[in-house]
Amino acid sequence: MRLQLAILSLRRHVSRTLLAMLGVTVSAAMLLDMVMLATGMRESFSSLLGRNGFTIRVSPRGTLPFDSEATIARAGDAIAQMKAVAGVTAVAPVLGTTIHALGSAEPVTAFALGIDPAVQGDYELLSGAEPAAGDALVASDALLRATSKAVGDTLDVAIGFDPQLRTYAGRRRLVISGRARFLYLSETDRAAAMQLATVQAMGGTQRADRASLFMVRTAPNVDPEQARAAIERALPRVTALSTAGAVAEAEKRLSYFRQLAFILGAVSLGVGFLLVTTIVTVSVNERIGEIAVMRAIGVSRLHIVQQIVIEGIGLSLAGAVSGLLLGLVTARYLNSILSAFPGLPDAIDFFLFQPSAAFRALGLLVASGIAAGVYPSWRAASLPISTTLREEAVG
Amino acid sequence: MTTPLISAHEVHRDYPLSGSAVHAVRGVSLDVMPGEYVAIVGPSGCGKSTLLNLLGAIDRPTTGSITIDGTAVSALPDRDATKFRLMSVGFVFQRFYLLPVLTARENVELPMAEAKVSVADRRARARELLGYVGLAERSEHRPSELSGGEQQRVAIARALANRPTVLLADEPTGELDAKTGSDVIALFDRLNRDGMTILVVTHDEKLAGAARRVVHMLDGRVVRDEPLLRRA
Repeated sequence: MRLQLAILSLRRHVSRTLLAMLGVTVSAAMLLDMVMLATGMRESFSSLLGRNGFTIRVSPRGTLPFDSEATIARAGDAIAQMKAVAGVTAVAPVLGTTIHALGSAEPVTAFALGIDPAVQGDYELLSGAEPAAGDALVASDALLRATSKAVGDTLDVAIGFDPQLRTYAGRRRLVISGRARFLYLSETDRAAAMQLATVQAMGGTQRADRASLFMVRTAPNVDPEQARAAIERALPRVTALSTAGAVAEAEKRLSYFRQLAFILGAVSLGVGFLLVTTIVTVSVNERIGEIAVMRAIGVSRLHIVQQIVIEGIGLSLAGAVSGLLLGLVTARYLNSILSAFPGLPDAIDFFLFQPSAAFRALGLLVASGIAAGVYPSWRAASLPISTTLREEAVG
Repeated sequence: MTTPLISAHEVHRDYPLSGSAVHAVRGVSLDVMPGEYVAIVGPSGCGKSTLLNLLGAIDRPTTGSITIDGTAVSALPDRDATKFRLMSVGFVFQRFYLLPVLTARENVELPMAEAKVSVADRRARARELLGYVGLAERSEHRPSELSGGEQQRVAIARALANRPTVLLADEPTGELDAKTGSDVIALFDRLNRDGMTILVVTHDEKLAGAARRVVHMLDGRVVRDEPLLRRA
């Protein structure tokens, strides 16, 4: 009967209940979005780095991957030394450079990666074939659009450009063997990948036997941190970063986001709590006489508190459920806006729905609904019955 | 010799007010036998309602003792007093105080639900009680759809739900017109004839006249306690 009374009490003022529910819905949606924002980038960054099983990134000493144009010399030796480290199962070298696709009226500039197609982790092949030959490359859709080329066409590519002489160096004609989606780049980035040896050769002496970065795969039973430390011991000229370390590094850089999300999330929770408290308090104050009568006829204080707490839970639960839906819709919309920020990898999501985090947040909201109901109900149920009845009779 | 059902001894009730105390009840002693129908009368503010609240364990005396059916209600902690009110006392208020969101039947069922009576049993008992007060046909109506007299009869049915040992009524005809007031008086009379002990606080001379005994109060004290002639 307590549940029935709670539902009937909420239905007594339908418009007020609906407005309160709407308020809680907005508050819950914002709370959910902030939780998704606080954890989303970290999780999607972690998931991005963990793709293809690479657990360690090795870059020139004192730098982060692709943080500068610095490269690692004697890449071949470095690969051999890393492969000798216990637990390392594969090493994928990457040499980044800028290329110019010639042949049209205006040269098209793109980012290119020299990779080992057998162990690369930078792109997913969408169609065609890997650049198995030295004169092949895979290109992003943005590059194909910009050059008006398709898989199977030939592209005139140069690596160097002398602005004084207006001449290109390291030119080669490469066959487009496939279309690829580059995991660490945005959809609008023009990009290509070809064999490491091809990029090194086109780059001349500056790039011979060099790599910008190595991605290292470790055996599942090996602690990546131990392998990382072993690589740094074997190669003092590099900095090795495990995925966990990279995520921690990214977290440091994203701490402003997290703080902002935490503050806004706490504000949302506070607003939801105050909203439910206000509504429940108003509702209880309207029913002081009824509550006193219920106490007089023998309804226990605990049961009155339970009934009113159920009302608070009902409000916050209904708001939380609809807030979940609203939060997902708004997160999707906001994500589409933020993901359009130039230079961000496609795979990075600002708002990532994680059921456990979302339900924890909404659970917190429902808990605040319980807290919101306890105080006014306990206060009302504790009023002296006879005095309250007398005042109600006079009023 | 019959043991009193209600026994109040030297009961005082003081209320603090702006640093001083209001003496609402001053040394009332009263015995009520099982099956008695007692009217407590007196001018406004003489302490009748306060005494009724003390006898019904919804308030506690400042000093003195009250025993109902062998239970020292004045010494009961809140939880036990609540249970005592639920199981042993039926309350009827001047303003009916039905829950507006519940139907007549649900209002009658409320104390039984609190007493954990099964749904089937409380439904049957509510039907029986609403029939007793003449409202069997109005059981699914909400209070707003009932007249004042009908609401008061539902409130009486609610008071009887858990088969209390005593029925306490505070100005039960105070909000009713003469006709519906008479219906309620007749109902109380029938209840008493059926064995219910009734204490009623009233200004209504007709209601007081229907009681078997009238207790007069003035300034918190019992000033006269007179049995009326038992009617045929």
